[in-house]
Order: sequence, then C-alpha cells, then structure tokens
Amino acid sequence: MKKNIIMFFTVIFCFCLQSTVFRTFSFGGIGPNLLIIITAVFGFMNGKKTGTLIGFFCGLLMDIFFGSVLGFYALIYMYIGFVNGMFHKIFYPEDIKLPLSLIALSDTVYGIITYFLMFLLRSKFNFPFYFMKVILPEIVYTIVITIFLYPIILVMNKRFAEEEKRSAQKFV
Amino acid sequence: MSPIVKRKREKFHLPSKYLLLILTFLCVIMMGITFTTDYLGGSLSVVTGYVIVPFQNGITTVGTWISDRAEELGELKVVLAKNKELEQQVADLTVQLTELQQEKYELNDLRELYQLDEQYAQYDKVGARIIGKDTGNWFHSFIIDKGSDDGIAVDMNVIAGGGLVGRVSSVGPNWAKVTSIIDDNSNVSGMILSTSDNLIVSGDLELMESGVIKFQQLVDSANQVAVGDKIVTSKISDKYLPGILIGYITDMKVDSNNLTKSGYLTTAVDFEHLEEVLIIKQLKQKITQ
Repeated sequence: MKKNIIMFFTVIFCFCLQSTVFRTFSFGGIGPNLLIIITAVFGFMNGKKTGTLIGFFCGLLMDIFFGSVLGFYALIYMYIGFVNGMFHKIFYPEDIKLPLSLIALSDTVYGIITYFLMFLLRSKFNFPFYFMKVILPEIVYTIVITIFLYPIILVMNKRFAEEEKRSAQKFV
Repeated sequence: MSPIVKRKREKFHLPSKYLLLILTFLCVIMMGITFTTDYLGGSLSVVTGYVIVPFQNGITTVGTWISDRAEELGELKVVLAKNKELEQQVADLTVQLTELQQEKYELNDLRELYQLDEQYAQYDKVGARIIGKDTGNWFHSFIIDKGSDDGIAVDMNVIAGGGLVGRVSSVGPNWAKVTSIIDDNSNVSGMILSTSDNLIVSGDLELMESGVIKFQQLVDSANQVAVGDKIVTSKISDKYLPGILIGYITDMKVDSNNLTKSGYLTTAVDFEHLEEVLIIKQLKQKITQ
C-alpha cells in the first residue's frame, strides 16, 4: 500500500517536473521524457502488472493536460510499460546496460509511434527531419537524465523490497 | 506453513495480460467518447486540476527563480532590467501602433461598412501566468493558472506583448490549456492589415527552429502585398476576434497555381520566453441557427 502511494506521487512529481523545470532547461525546444523513464523502470523492476498500470497512469495524465483525445498516450505508455515488464526476469539491479538500452528503445518506439500517428497521417512525410530534430535529441537527453535518476529509483526500490521482506517475516 | 500465508496465495489474482486487455478496451472507449462528445474531459480535468496544478504552481515558481538566477550570472542585472523595461515599451508601442494603423485604415474606408469601433485594447482582459508546458516535444501548448473559476472559457483569445498567442482549448476549474498559433496542428484565418486580403496562418514544427511560421492561400491579385506587411486576425475567423496582430511577412512567393501566394511570417510574440499572457474575455460572436 505504502509502495503504491509512493509510486503514485513519484509519477505526479515527475510529470510536474517535466512540464515545468525541464521545459525551462530544454535545449533547442527539446526536453527529456521523464514519464518514459518512470514507466520503463517500474516496468522491468516490478513486472508487467506494475508497468502496465504506471504506464496507463502516466499516459492518462498527459492526455488530460496536453492530449487532444483522451486515452491516446495512455495506450502507448501502457504497452511500453507492459513490454518492459517482460524483461523483469532478466533484470539485475547491478547491471545498468539493460535499463539504459531498454529506456532508449522505449523512447525511440514512443517517438516513432507519435510521429506515425500524429504527423505521418497528416501527410508530413519528412521523417529524417523529425527523427534528427525531435526523436534523437529527446532520446539523448532522456538517457543523460536516466543516468542521474536511475540510482535514486534503484535505492527506493531496494528499500521497498527490504520492507516487504521484513513484513513477511513478521507474519511467519 | 502458517494458514495466513496460505490464505494470501488463494487471494484473487488478475493476470497481467487480462489487465492489459481491459485497460486497452478502456482506452479505446475513452478515445471514442472524447472524440465524439465532450463528456469525460470535464470531470477528469476537475479532479486532476486540484491534484496537479498546486504542484506545478510551486515548481514553476522555484524553476523560474532558478532560471532567473542562472540568467543573471550570464548577463548584468542592470542590462536585464533595462531590457525588460524596453521590451515592455516596445510591446506597448506595438499595440499602440497597430491600433493607430487599424484606426487609420478603418477611418479611410471601413468604418461605414463594418462599424468596427471596438479594438482589442477595449476588450475586457485578464492576466495569467504560464505554469506548465507540453511534456512532449511534438506540440506547443501550455497551461495557465486561471480557469473557469476566473471566468475563462474555451475559445477565448490569448495575447501577449501586443500579439496573438493562441486560444484556450480546454479548461478546468483552476487551470486552462492554451494552444499556441505555432502549434503544428493550429490554423488561424488572418488578413493583411493594409489590403484586407485573407490568408491562412498555420504552425509548423519543421519551421519552428528558424523562428517563423507559414501562411498560405493569400489571394493578392492587385499585387500590393509586400514583405514586412502586418498580418492580423481576419474578420471571418470563427474563433479569433478581428484585428489582433499575428506577425510580419518575412518571405513570400507565388504558388505554382499562379493564383495564390504563400510564404513565411515572423510572429509578434516571442514564444521562447513567454511567461505571462493576457486572456481576452470576450468571445467571438457566434451565429446559432
């Protein structure tokens, strides 16, 4: 329960940070995608179910404030969270290569899907431009932020795991 | 093993793939509902408005403070203050100039025809602060700290520094979303101030970097429109009040159909450094049948 509440506030906190502080510190109008980091990280740390729910929640927040149709981003983020959850089995906290590559991949997929559905369908065909000017910078910025953010989430997750173990021992 | 552990294992457990399926259906249904009606947006925006907006308000205050300090390191404080003062003056003068020009052209030939005695300086306006910007990198909308509690409604025009910023596209009790005119899916019906020729101004992500947006479908058979001319919102727009300055033509060429012209314009508003905006509380008159 406590874990869920803290996760809820992490999402809200990241959403607020992303829409305020990171917009002021954006380079050439491009900011990092904190919500993808949160969705992916909780996905492969806690499994498919958590990933799906966190993704749904992150996307829904984006939909309510900035989307044109409710449920669009929720759907994309949810599937990203679910797929990341599949990697829960091969995830080891000590290894940072898997998280980094998964987050980079998630952000790429997110960017390409957004391009296809929001731009290509409105007959904007200049994919190389959008890739070089929007998708790629976003990935790089997101990865840089991940390097700082990941250890914090890792420590948080470790604390959760310890607490769960302790409460389980109390019952037995 | 104790019985408590056993009972835990018997607890109902929803497999993740079913959860995914259920939420997918939920999303599709929500998309359908919001696409056709306006029902869901209202209730959800009220709830989230009270959870998110206070956070954003606080963080923006801190964030602006930090970025202000960072700026001061680079530039001298005095220069900054002077610059702000001058910018304010320029904005004021731009408004005055547009008003005067508008007035002149009206006096010349339009007053009797249209009886346009209202300029946007006389509209009832309310100021608001930007507290959040679009979290994605694809579109350029932002959130302001005033909502329906302050009398803001959807489709109200938003201006800043003497030029058009955009319009309110959705509204919660204490927040509102503003879609800017440089947003990739925004189109504004405009006209050339001097000749009253109509045209369409549309935002474009590809041009964002060069600081211009594009206009098209300008019919200029008399060939009187020149680079540097002012573009204002047109009288036939169904969302925007007439005569609000949009920007200045920077480049223009004749289309391949030899009938219309298209090109680029520089907006009157500096979207990069937008912090405060004014919302005109008057809505464009609508004809209901």
